[in-house]
Amino acid sequence: MSSSHDPGADLLIPADTPVHRLAPQCKVAATALFVLAVACTPRPVFWPYAWYGLLLAAVVLLAQLPPLTLLRRLVVEVPFLLFVLALPFLGQAPYVDVAGVDLSVVGLTAAASIALKASFGLLATGVLAATTPLPEIITGLERLRVPRLFTAVAAFMVRYTEVLLSELARLRTARACRGGDTRWVWQARDVATSIGALFVRSFERGERVYLAMASRGYTGALPDVLTGSAAARRAWVTALTVPLLAALATVGAVAL
Amino acid sequence: MHIPDGFVSAPVAVAGAAVAAAGLAVCTRQAGRNLSERQLPLAGLAAAFFLVLEAPIIPVAVGTSGHLLGGTLAVALLGPWLGPLVITVVTVVQTLFTGAGGLSALGLNLINLALVPAVVGYPVLLGLRRLLPRSNTGTSLACGGAAVVAVITAAVLFTAEYAVGGAAGLPLRTVAVSTVGVYALVAVFEGVVTALVVRALLALRADLVRVAPEPVA
Repeated sequence: MSSSHDPGADLLIPADTPVHRLAPQCKVAATALFVLAVACTPRPVFWPYAWYGLLLAAVVLLAQLPPLTLLRRLVVEVPFLLFVLALPFLGQAPYVDVAGVDLSVVGLTAAASIALKASFGLLATGVLAATTPLPEIITGLERLRVPRLFTAVAAFMVRYTEVLLSELARLRTARACRGGDTRWVWQARDVATSIGALFVRSFERGERVYLAMASRGYTGALPDVLTGSAAARRAWVTALTVPLLAALATVGAVAL
Repeated sequence: MHIPDGFVSAPVAVAGAAVAAAGLAVCTRQAGRNLSERQLPLAGLAAAFFLVLEAPIIPVAVGTSGHLLGGTLAVALLGPWLGPLVITVVTVVQTLFTGAGGLSALGLNLINLALVPAVVGYPVLLGLRRLLPRSNTGTSLACGGAAVVAVITAAVLFTAEYAVGGAAGLPLRTVAVSTVGVYALVAVFEGVVTALVVRALLALRADLVRVAPEPVA
């Protein structure tokens, strides 16, 4: 089928460290809580971010991850964050004068805090993805009692995203060969037909996958070997220390 | 658009999470009731499809990337219960791994992207389908119209969410005008693409379209 059977492998940085060995459900919970703690930081306060950064740096050090690779991952947020550049220009008074341009103070702090929160969110999930293979992340979610409907859909999704991307590449090649050029609005029809074709191909593949699985004994549930085991209490304590320490700073920032 | 962390106040984010969780619980129950294990791989493939589609990698117009929201398309193809679940999985993965929208605002994003197409888009779709001729073209137009309404509803709802608990320091008027203005264009794009995709699918495999003119049992 596809050349890549290992979803999430491009994010994974394999090593044998305590962070890598930790049960996935603990890591998933710790990551989500850490991101939530960061997200709850009140806007005009900025010192907690240094503390979050320190915590994250400690985990990165423990997991022996190359910091530059992690930082490079922040590029993906750029298109989503372009709009924060507009905030200082559109925000309310008071204004500060920066190089002859009036910038809104509220807008500046809002832009900075939105960018910081998004970056810390990405760095935290980056550490998770670098230390945990994607199938294990889904196992972890399942252990955290996320409804099976969600985890099953997510599992199929991560396995087949790569396949669909190569399918899309083939469609684009075929379209380009026939003179298609999607830069022009009047060729929107080509794009729509391609999307339709991609959907049909996805579904037909889904049907074949189902038949293949059914013929191998699939009855709707994954075998127990793939659903993981309960984590020791010590693993939970270790993992949750990080978000707890982060939350201390968040609470401190709210209280002060 | 996915609302980032820190754009709305915490109480609004929490309220949004509660509403989204309740809505998704209903969807899970309803979808689970008539979901055979046969549909799980299909739903998963559909999720992968929307993830690929929503990645801003399909260049459409000069200088911009087509970024389909896809909510109404999902509802038209998978039905009002499974559609939102699939979009939810996609949105969660985008939030965690691409920085699209914040985790604290996830509830609001799910309301706007996954639930609005089901709650508003789907009834509009069914209503339009009744008004329009029972043909492939009529059904595609109904899907397109529903997509337009769903996107504009989401934009208005986003403005309302910001009015209740905005925290980005922008005047409400600016947010309202820019959001609804931009999303009027997005809605037209979404409507056209949704209609064209449904049209293409009806021609290729009508049995895959949940709202096909001649329902396939």
